[in-house]
Amino acid sequence: MGFWRIPLDTTDIDIARGRVHILEERCKGCGYCIEFCPKKALAFSSKFNQKGYHPPYMIKPDECVNCHYCEIICPEFAIFSVEVEPAEEKQA
Amino acid sequence: MKPAVLTGEHYMTGDEACAEGALAAGCLFFGGYPITPATEVAERMSARLPGVGGTYIQMEDEIAAMAAVVGASCAGVKSMTATSGPGFSLMMENIGLAVCTETPCVVVNVQRAGPSTGLPTMGAQGDMMQARWGSHGHYDIIALAPSSAQEIFYQSILAFNLSETYRTPVLIMTDEVVGHMSERVIIPDAKEIKLMSRPTPKVGKERFKPFAPAENGVAPMANAGEGYKIHVTGLTHDEKGYPVMTVDAQVSMMERIMNKFAKNLKHILRTESHRIEDAEIVVVSYGVSARTALAAVEDARERGIRAGLLRLITVWPFPSEMICSLAARVKGFVTVEQNLGQIHLEVQRAAAGKAPAYLAGHAGGSLISPEQVLDVIEHGF
Amino acid sequence: MNPKDQNKYEEPNMVDTPLHHPLDDLLRTDRIPHIWCPGCGIGTAFSACLQAMRTSGLDLEKTVMVSGIGCSGRGAGYVKLDSYHTTHGRAIPFATGMKLANPDLNVVVFSGDGDLFAIGGNHFIHAARRNMALTVVCVNNFTYGMTGGQVAATTPYQAKTTTTPRGNHEAPFNLPLLAYASGATLIARWTILHARDLTECLKQALQHSGFSFVEILSPCPVNYGRRNRQSALDMLKMFQDKCIIQNNASPADLEMDFAKRIVLGKFVHVQRPTCIETYDKTCRLADFSKGKAA
Repeated sequence: MGFWRIPLDTTDIDIARGRVHILEERCKGCGYCIEFCPKKALAFSSKFNQKGYHPPYMIKPDECVNCHYCEIICPEFAIFSVEVEPAEEKQA
Repeated sequence: MKPAVLTGEHYMTGDEACAEGALAAGCLFFGGYPITPATEVAERMSARLPGVGGTYIQMEDEIAAMAAVVGASCAGVKSMTATSGPGFSLMMENIGLAVCTETPCVVVNVQRAGPSTGLPTMGAQGDMMQARWGSHGHYDIIALAPSSAQEIFYQSILAFNLSETYRTPVLIMTDEVVGHMSERVIIPDAKEIKLMSRPTPKVGKERFKPFAPAENGVAPMANAGEGYKIHVTGLTHDEKGYPVMTVDAQVSMMERIMNKFAKNLKHILRTESHRIEDAEIVVVSYGVSARTALAAVEDARERGIRAGLLRLITVWPFPSEMICSLAARVKGFVTVEQNLGQIHLEVQRAAAGKAPAYLAGHAGGSLISPEQVLDVIEHGF
Repeated sequence: MNPKDQNKYEEPNMVDTPLHHPLDDLLRTDRIPHIWCPGCGIGTAFSACLQAMRTSGLDLEKTVMVSGIGCSGRGAGYVKLDSYHTTHGRAIPFATGMKLANPDLNVVVFSGDGDLFAIGGNHFIHAARRNMALTVVCVNNFTYGMTGGQVAATTPYQAKTTTTPRGNHEAPFNLPLLAYASGATLIARWTILHARDLTECLKQALQHSGFSFVEILSPCPVNYGRRNRQSALDMLKMFQDKCIIQNNASPADLEMDFAKRIVLGKFVHVQRPTCIETYDKTCRLADFSKGKAA
């Protein structure tokens, strides 16, 4: 999402960062997480899981803001995000 | 406030005695729906239950009443309902659920003449085969048949004890005449009434399997809210309670359900005999018809015919072995029942051609007369 | 995209994947993956329900899920709580008996539109009338999914199903209006796309003391969408385009028009004495408490 102006306090606000985890074998490839990720950070991978579906993967792992939407829209309990501490992020 | 056990001597109808027996047995939930001639059971329970810590609810139909009874029992409370033929038909669905999920509960059928709406205010015994096989699929069931108001009191207690012990629905197959007849009923002291409760889990919450049978074939039961986090389903399930859609799972589930009866048959079966030791003709009857049958047997004896009465207290399971061994030595059987041949067919089956079996039946709506039975005894053989 | 590029990001993200989803402790994980088809929304509705249970503050040892028959009816089989999968349409009367027998239980009915409103319609209206303290969650996927996609009491006008091959000529129920007319005391409608609002609303429904009803619109891509040229994503995008949120909207104005608009929100949230409260007040003596008979 682009801003048409930069908010004045933008430097003071810490935007949450998240890391997405995918339980690939549970995925049935519905694509909900990919379609509705607000950061468009996910895409179908080329690999197959055991049931023959393409689980998603993070194309833009640094973009995740830990909104958990992929986690709550997923019908399969196959994806979730955890918050990344800023310090942890710097180390990474 | 009246106690659950109304110790003393009473003059009450069979329906009322049925309710009092249930209360004495510790019943605390009644899911009802009005129907003649069973309504008085519901009326009595609606008046009495809130005073003993129980709950009465009148549901929107008999389907719901039976579903509520199964649900209440799963929550750990002794539960029952009472109905008549049309309602019994509607209850079949959830009686099947109780069979499959091995949920104790008691269903009273105050029978009236059918089929369909039939004769709502007049008695019959036309639902005996429906009691046996009315819900779909193969299963065993316990059905009791009381002959008097006093007996229905005791059978209500027995029904709860059997249902709790064996985790199965138990049917009380009474009829309009017993239900509406006022008789002396003696209610004993609460201390003299032996009550049974469902077997409780013996292992820890993590290891507990709700359908793993104990030695006697009956699985201990966990109730909702006790922390066992059980799953209960009407689908074919394994010992864990999980649905498993395989032939093997079906075979072993059926084995578990049938084994409860096979292993405990001698503890479940109840009959009463009158002068059958030397009898040549055994009259088989149950419920109100057994009263007619008894009169006929006495009349026959007076005429020099060695007749005896076998009264079925548990109609289901049926005492096949007993009939079979009697068949080897008697001249024949006469089944007395207020239908046109249901338990009669069972007697024929169990006698297996070793002795003839005749029917003294009635289409329903009126009691059979002792003369009619005597006629069959005298001229049948 | 070149498949080679993908692997650049894929591996590091997978290495330390913990095996446990945050809701795993409420799931019978030995039964996952569940039976619901790819793109079916029941899983999302179920997930929202579990999340709501988690955050509701209810004692989950005393919380029971009861389901009827059908795809949504399989919900009870996946929740790691006391759970009862009953007969078709009878989840509500079963739950009613359970709640009355032990009022300490929190009883949640999770089932589908066919189960709750066709075969079980009578039970629904009576439980709402009594204000039975139940939380009824209805996943409305507009069809009988389990049996292959037959017309339901919720199927939109003119929609194609296996038993309406030329289109449905009947009008569907407006479920919130039905619930309102019957006396339900919390009534809401969301879609699985609105998962966050849905979860919050389910939480309120669980905490509500009376009869609460939440309708969840959900795609059935395999047995409904397929016959109406609508993929799961199409339906979700339709939800995105056509849904408007109007809390407190009049239940009479909630008929769904897929071409124009679908109103979502929490429409009713009122307090009225529950069935158990009125029973205790009317039928029990004042000094009598349950289970303490003389």
